[in-house]
Amino acid sequence: MNVTDLTFLALCLPFLGALVAPLLTKMLGHNAAWVLALIPAAIFVHFAGFTAEIAQGTAITGGYTWVPSFNVRFSWLIDGLSLSFILLISGIGALIVLYAGGYLKGHVHQGRFFSFLLMFMGSMLGLVASDSFLMLFIFWELTSITSFLLIGFDHHREAARRAAFQALVVTGGGGLFLLAGLIVLWNISGVTQFSALMALGPVIKASPLYLAALVMVLGGAFTKSAQFPFHFWLPNAMEAPTPVSAYLHSATMVKAGVYLLMRLNPVLGGTPEWQLILPAFGAATLVIGALLAVRQTDLKLMLAYTTMSSLGLLVMLTGFGTPYAIEAAVLYLVAHSLFKGALFMVAGIIDHETGTRDVTRLGGLRSAMPLTFAIALAAAISMGGLPPFFGFLAKEEVYAALSSFDPRSIVFAILTVTGNALMFAIAFAVALKPFAGKPVATPKHAHEAPVLLWLGPAVLALAGLAAAVLSGTIHALFSTPMASAIAGEPRSVAISLTPQIGVPLALSVLTIIIGIALYIGLAQVRAGVASALAWIGWGPDHGFDQAIRGLVRLSFAVTRRLQNGRLGSYMTMTFVAIAVVLLVPPFLFGELALAPVFPSIPLHELAIMIIAVIGLFAVVVAKDRLTAIVSLGIQGFSVAVIFLLYGAPDLAFTQFMIETLAVVILALVMTRLKLSPSDHRPFRETLPDAAIAIACGLGAGLLLLKVTQVPFDTALSDFFAQYSKTVAHGANIVNVIIVDFRGTDTLGEIAVVMIAGLAVLSLVRLRAGSMRRIADNDPDAEETGR
Amino acid sequence: MKSLIFRTIAPVIVSVMVLFSIFVLLRGHNEPGGGFIGGLIAVAALSIYGIAFGVETVRRAIVFHPLSIAGAGLLLATLSGLLSMLFHVPFMTGLWVYPVILGEEIPLSSVMTFDIGVYLVVVGAVTSIALSLEERGED
Repeated sequence: MNVTDLTFLALCLPFLGALVAPLLTKMLGHNAAWVLALIPAAIFVHFAGFTAEIAQGTAITGGYTWVPSFNVRFSWLIDGLSLSFILLISGIGALIVLYAGGYLKGHVHQGRFFSFLLMFMGSMLGLVASDSFLMLFIFWELTSITSFLLIGFDHHREAARRAAFQALVVTGGGGLFLLAGLIVLWNISGVTQFSALMALGPVIKASPLYLAALVMVLGGAFTKSAQFPFHFWLPNAMEAPTPVSAYLHSATMVKAGVYLLMRLNPVLGGTPEWQLILPAFGAATLVIGALLAVRQTDLKLMLAYTTMSSLGLLVMLTGFGTPYAIEAAVLYLVAHSLFKGALFMVAGIIDHETGTRDVTRLGGLRSAMPLTFAIALAAAISMGGLPPFFGFLAKEEVYAALSSFDPRSIVFAILTVTGNALMFAIAFAVALKPFAGKPVATPKHAHEAPVLLWLGPAVLALAGLAAAVLSGTIHALFSTPMASAIAGEPRSVAISLTPQIGVPLALSVLTIIIGIALYIGLAQVRAGVASALAWIGWGPDHGFDQAIRGLVRLSFAVTRRLQNGRLGSYMTMTFVAIAVVLLVPPFLFGELALAPVFPSIPLHELAIMIIAVIGLFAVVVAKDRLTAIVSLGIQGFSVAVIFLLYGAPDLAFTQFMIETLAVVILALVMTRLKLSPSDHRPFRETLPDAAIAIACGLGAGLLLLKVTQVPFDTALSDFFAQYSKTVAHGANIVNVIIVDFRGTDTLGEIAVVMIAGLAVLSLVRLRAGSMRRIADNDPDAEETGR
Repeated sequence: MKSLIFRTIAPVIVSVMVLFSIFVLLRGHNEPGGGFIGGLIAVAALSIYGIAFGVETVRRAIVFHPLSIAGAGLLLATLSGLLSMLFHVPFMTGLWVYPVILGEEIPLSSVMTFDIGVYLVVVGAVTSIALSLEERGED
């Protein structure tokens, strides 16, 4: 196997693992986690093998042709950016699988959970590895779908179902924006691969469609990465079991939007629009997220809202455009993945071992859970941006990017310090509050977590320390290639643990001082934010419910109008539409047919035409319905004879049969429906129907006249005449077209015939009494009835 | 229908029409005809039979449920199209063989089986509609 095949296998491996996970869990119980964790571990090892090559600045591409006729490839692009993401996803993924083994030990559906988790991992890996637009979009939507399954894992609870639905609607809907954006990019550039798109940045930026592409792409990225005002699904997604929160909502899924922005930075970035929209939304998300986090008392929700702020910070940095901004985003992204994953898992351990996640009901756990305490503290120090952890480097770099003295930087520096100080306070509220102080009685007797639970967070916390200590190596292998890939030009990252005296350090100290003050006064701040929120009252979360309810009502109202259950109104609507389509365009565009020149017609043809017209009049004036049906048959047979006379035997043949059967079936329908023998409606009621019928007939007639008056293009008939015998071995061109040249059309048509047969059969068998009335679906009635 | 004349001649008409429908189906590649027309003729034949002897008799005569016949036809048509996959040519490419049976060279093709599929779908689906409308009250 060569490298290409192995990489393909690595990308498929999680899905294969998802296939066997339920069976394996049935056999091994929760210990299946040890085996399943080998999957992400193997992926990690495989891609880690590319590190040296990518550190040289090369990008690895590979793939297979997928749909050659549409130039679609299954291809991947591994550069500094995607490599770092892949290693985070697979590395943290392995730890999460182990953690889930301990966390859901004994759960009936643990195997299913592993399966969902691995599928999600595979989607996420595919997303960041994709080179082709289509692949990115497919994996993007797959992450939405698999996260829907994971968030709604506890599907017995309505809150979990609602959160899952909300995440799917928001992120899946955002995916449609992304698709539109990618199509616009493809239209501008003509390429469908990111590797080819990278060089075309100037073309894209000069295009008049640039803004459209930007807005669409941002629609995808902002919904996925929970930017204000699309943030509400993220905290609600905490309904998921904690391993999901730790994985999807700190390290992976929500970073997909940030990934997309970083990936497209060389293409879309650097323009005034980019540098306005991204920092504005990012900074708003940063501050709002941190304020909402303070409001919470649930450990997971506190972390969820700080995740939102961190994502805001990343988006802001990606679009900020000053020196060090991209580097800061890279460092912060890695640091955040490590400490946030660890902290979520710690929150899960606390919940698992004590039975509560409410920070006000926890305290003094340090003696019962010393190891967990140590891990939590290490992660919180990194999150607070204190040395000697990686978070410190990240924060120094962030402030380095913001420390100039133009008004824009000052405004954003103030916002960032505010957000970071709040996050500092929350980091220690999560990691210190439950462990410090006097022991508080908890629902379960607290004791230290088993190895499966503490292993993951311990590794992540230590990784945060190791990365900082070995910063030189880390920068050379990961930070520099990643920053270069995002910037689209060589960059280098140099920051180390040695503090540099200057503005960044001053800002850091300021952050820490404010943070400590906030930590001490946390209860008051919380009460303040709570009353402010109560005063505002309405939020996007509530708005989402209102929008969905409005949609249900609208669809009910539309359905009740259009699908009223009366055949007469369906027919009226259909034929009015046909008449409009036939009549309006010719008048609108002046494409009316010229008055026809009447040819001299032989007597026998004239006679048959007269019979057809007589048949029509008989239909209209017939006393009873049966006569009308038979008269319609007369008209149809006359038309068939005309076909025959003009050299279309196949058509005539079919017409004869259709007319015969139509008469039989119409007569049967009449008896079946127990219709009265004749139409008793007064003239004024049949008048509108007559008008519609005449309009349709007139329209069709005008259209046919026009068709015969435009020059006839014989290209197709020549082709069929030439090849019917030689290629398709048939002399009857009509039939050869039906079964050979256009055989796929015919296949579709006979499928329709089949479905029509099924539909008629079920309609005939329906009894009026057993039908559920449309009004029963009334959303108002359902709501009041509940 | 209780007309003695009709009941007497119906079987003759029906058998001739069914035979004719198959004839039309098979000759369709070179002369006017084909699966659609042939199928419609067969439906007309079955309708006459139904009018003469009742729905139950027709159902017994064709053995299978009409929609099963239609389904089999659709399957046959699809498989005729898929057959070309085995020979690495695009979907629905016509494949021909010319076996010599009793000293006559008979051209057979996947196009023909496709047309037979069309015939069966039309026969099945339209007969199903006609029969279900014809039987009253007993369904």
